[in-house]
Amino acid sequence: MRIAIDMDGFFSALIEHGFLQTAVATALLASIGCGLMGTYVVVKRIAFLAGGIAHSVLGGMGAAVYFGFEPLHGALPAAVAAALLIGWVRLHWRAQEDTLISALWAIGMAIGVLFIAKAPGYQADLMSYLFGNILLVPQESLWFMVALDVLLLTIVAVYHRQFLAVVFDEEFARLRGVPVDFFYLLLLVLVAVTVVLLIQVVGLILVLALLTLPAAVAGHYVHSLGRMMLIATVLGALLSFTGLALSYGPDLPAGPTIILLAGGAYVLSAVVTQILGRRRAQLAATRGTWQGEAGGQ
Amino acid sequence: MRPVIDIQELSFSYGSLPTLSDIDLQVAEGEFLGIVGPNAGGKSTLLKLILGLLQPQSGDVRVLERSPASASRLLGYVPQYPSFPRDFPITVEQVVQLGRLGQRRRDNCWQGLWPTRVSRADHAAVRSALAEVEAEDLAKRQIGSLSGGQLQRVLLARALVGEPRILILDEPTANIDQRLEGEIFDLLKAINERMTILVVSHDVAFISQYVSRVACVNQTLVCHQTDAVDGSVIQELYGDKVRMIAHSH
Repeated sequence: MRIAIDMDGFFSALIEHGFLQTAVATALLASIGCGLMGTYVVVKRIAFLAGGIAHSVLGGMGAAVYFGFEPLHGALPAAVAAALLIGWVRLHWRAQEDTLISALWAIGMAIGVLFIAKAPGYQADLMSYLFGNILLVPQESLWFMVALDVLLLTIVAVYHRQFLAVVFDEEFARLRGVPVDFFYLLLLVLVAVTVVLLIQVVGLILVLALLTLPAAVAGHYVHSLGRMMLIATVLGALLSFTGLALSYGPDLPAGPTIILLAGGAYVLSAVVTQILGRRRAQLAATRGTWQGEAGGQ
Repeated sequence: MRPVIDIQELSFSYGSLPTLSDIDLQVAEGEFLGIVGPNAGGKSTLLKLILGLLQPQSGDVRVLERSPASASRLLGYVPQYPSFPRDFPITVEQVVQLGRLGQRRRDNCWQGLWPTRVSRADHAAVRSALAEVEAEDLAKRQIGSLSGGQLQRVLLARALVGEPRILILDEPTANIDQRLEGEIFDLLKAINERMTILVVSHDVAFISQYVSRVACVNQTLVCHQTDAVDGSVIQELYGDKVRMIAHSH
């Protein structure tokens, strides 16, 4: 009941306040990136790389704050640079891949913290970069996000076959003359773009969850990349919107609320598919026994 | 006629231990070459050098009179272990379609960056490749739901769909039972009518019924029947000899 009342309050506030409308628009725009690139991250199993990209972005945001730019404008080049660096390590230094990526992960964050600590004048709120503050997203950022979404949608639409080849089987793609390194790096750059979109919603620490969980849940039920992308996008939008609405009444931080919802949805879905799978196996096995008995008589 | 594969004084090593040394091997158009040898003898490495997936430290590999990397689209490859996760959300049809990538590509380094669509010709080629390996009914199945033998047929279809001039298979029957092994090799025998085939196997006795020549690799090329023989004579002429040589190693 309590929650229902709060939701009511949220909807009337949504009609009333521009900043809430911006927050909802931010959540919806971010979920497009989350569905498209989250699917690739899940099936290619590069969540660790995506985590490295997301965390080292703090370096760029810190530098932007220090030199007096909008943090988001520092985040994009930093994310792209981190993606290229991490991709290059993955392609050419396989033996120590995990060590090097963890190092980049930590170094990026360290640079960011140092810049923020020494930023002149107004002390930026570190917490809002780390955990996001969707209610503070300025309306002008929406156009920036629309542009990033259009970029993602266009590139994925044009090159989805090449991306499929590269995420499915790099060796075979190489033999077919696909420039694998190029498309692998392009994929990571697009993941970086998505990270920047999602940082607005949940901050850079929690990005990883919103990038992977909706796509992972979608993967429990559908078995094609296109459908996974669609369902993950819808699910990401639903989770962000619901999380935002739930957090509004009791004045909770929106980012962590969204992530808890996403985590809950994932665990629930994993348990349900596990049980369904077991029941299906059991049914198949007993049916097999019946047939065996019938055959024996 | 020039050989379709021409390997001269090839040496390769992964670290400080040499994997292949001083290999000379020529393969003529239309051959069905069996490559045998002990485990870790360098058979798969030799295939990867021919495919251009590895670069030799010394020596020269020419495939269809060009470098392996630029010839790779004219080769069909069936790997020993599928290099993808079995639970990947993809259908058999989509897997085989990926074998059509790069089909219309000319030798222009920017062509790989052109967006490609699945054309009507691609669909037709996918259907006929699946039909050839008798797997049409699997087209809509998820790759993860296939048995070992079915997966092997699908990988063979993926290699054939690009209309290769040379088909290269690495232990195509290592993970399936013997009855299916015969079926796969009967199929390869038929395919050999129209293209050159290289197949790696550990089972000399079995493949000698099918291949036209055997090369035995254990770091160096240990035995190498160079005489040209036509398919039907091989069993009587060389079957026993091949087996005997293999046993001595």
